[in-house]
Amino acid sequence: MAYTICEKILLEHSEVDEITPGQFIEAEIDMVMVHEQLGGRIHEEYKKLDLDYVWDPNKIFFILDHWVPAPTISAAQMHQVCRKFAKKYKFVHNMGMNEGICHQVLPEKGFARPGMLIVGSDSHTTTYGAFNCLSTGIGATDVSVVFATGKLWFKVPNSYKIHLSGELPKAVMTKDFILKFIGDISTKGAIYKSLEFHGKGAESLSIDGRMTISNMVVEAGAKFGIFLPDKKLELWLKKITNKPYKFVIPDEDASYERIFEYNLSDLIPVVAKPHSPGNIADISEVEGIDIDQAFLGSCTNGRMEDLRIAATILNGNKVNQKTRLIIIPASKKIYLEALKEGLIEVFIKAGAVIGNSTCGPCIGGHLGVLGEDEVCISSTNRNFVGRMGDPTSKVYLASPATVAASAIKGKITDPREML
Amino acid sequence: MEKVEGFVYMMGNDINTDDIVPSHCLTLRDPYEMAQYACEVIDSNFPQNVEKLNIIVAGENFGCGSSREEAVNVFKILGIKAIIAKSFARIYFRNLINQGIPGITCNWNDDDFSEGDHIEILLQKGLIKNFSKNKTISFDKLPEFLFNIIEENGILNKIKKEL
Repeated sequence: MAYTICEKILLEHSEVDEITPGQFIEAEIDMVMVHEQLGGRIHEEYKKLDLDYVWDPNKIFFILDHWVPAPTISAAQMHQVCRKFAKKYKFVHNMGMNEGICHQVLPEKGFARPGMLIVGSDSHTTTYGAFNCLSTGIGATDVSVVFATGKLWFKVPNSYKIHLSGELPKAVMTKDFILKFIGDISTKGAIYKSLEFHGKGAESLSIDGRMTISNMVVEAGAKFGIFLPDKKLELWLKKITNKPYKFVIPDEDASYERIFEYNLSDLIPVVAKPHSPGNIADISEVEGIDIDQAFLGSCTNGRMEDLRIAATILNGNKVNQKTRLIIIPASKKIYLEALKEGLIEVFIKAGAVIGNSTCGPCIGGHLGVLGEDEVCISSTNRNFVGRMGDPTSKVYLASPATVAASAIKGKITDPREML
Repeated sequence: MEKVEGFVYMMGNDINTDDIVPSHCLTLRDPYEMAQYACEVIDSNFPQNVEKLNIIVAGENFGCGSSREEAVNVFKILGIKAIIAKSFARIYFRNLINQGIPGITCNWNDDDFSEGDHIEILLQKGLIKNFSKNKTISFDKLPEFLFNIIEENGILNKIKKEL
């Protein structure tokens, strides 16, 4: 049998001898990530099992990131439930509330390594595909199953191969690629599929940029979004972990349900218009739309590459008076690095508000909730009705470069004019 | 569970989990209070309307978006018995089955269902009887593995027995 990366990793984690798309299998989980959901549905569901243990407290990664520090009494109560649970079940990897956003912190701490099978109580758990591991989001009941047994049922997905060639032009980012891809394939175009990113174009991308792509594959419905391993990944891992891992590459004659070709050199800046990540328009179609707020941050785009390009654009400029710019580094580590590089100073001098590392505005939680009829350009992943605040507000999803350029002009702006 | 009988509540394509449970009420401690906000951006009378119309019939990509299982839980609290959709988002589908609620994937036609129709889903036969329209619509039966989870009224009941 010839296998895709997804099939190889699932096979490795199950007891079956062969694996085929459509088959139901039970697989052993290497790591489960939980955040505030622990104090939401998870603790309620886990109660039903009436257990005084979890299968392996060393394989649970727990972090508070969505509403930190607590902006409301109900969020504070939710955090209390989470902390109590983590203590009761003796979680080993308790990150607390000041490390940053789960999908940034988990890889930074070396918990996402090639060949691993990781699940998390968040749909953007697909992000770790950038590290050549298989990772996906699950609900509270599934988390409870993993807590109790360390295993989970999977339906083996078909795989799509996305072959990338060329290199991204100036001021065009991986966000522009993944938005275009979602627009092309539609928000239901990859439901239950494993996406595999191949080619020299994929190799040309930074790890930060790959994470943005893997992060957003779920907006096309995908179960996994996984990159082939390479030298760049090896170097990245070397800096953060000495734990062993094995690169997983697909067999040459592995079978793919669909194959896509993209030349990165042909890409231009795009946005997702309200109210769907699949509602894609070229930048020229939306240029000039007035914005009330610009947000740069989130698990999709709050990394060094994102902050650097924004700082290059904002350096020496001012945020437009009719607009507010909010910037949130995705983790404490990134915040410190940005401080050292002088990026935070550039942002503050330009007139941006800098927030602590949290999901915050992306989910309309805090630190930049939108009011009635307000328009926001955002580096986040979803622009559903009411996602970032009032149900009448409108969100345009875009790359960090486009967000920064737009903040200066006070209207949606092509970043290629600003670099 | 062989049959599910009820009345149709119609919904569109790409109903996302932010539509079902807006994030501003995600931190609420009382799930019954949370349920009062269900689908508020789509239908401000949703909780009252689904008291009678307790089977949702929707289009493509139902439940896309976040992994929040509250989006299944509030439906359960409001008494929704089953969801029929042309396609489901992956996590939502798992959450439904795991909670013991039938998620029926059915490529229905425009004239198959209207709001208020009295229907019966025959799970193991892969058939939906629409009494109001006097017609029968077929769907792909759930694989046995998933059907068994529904039979147990959710995966945690199944796990409990196995532990």
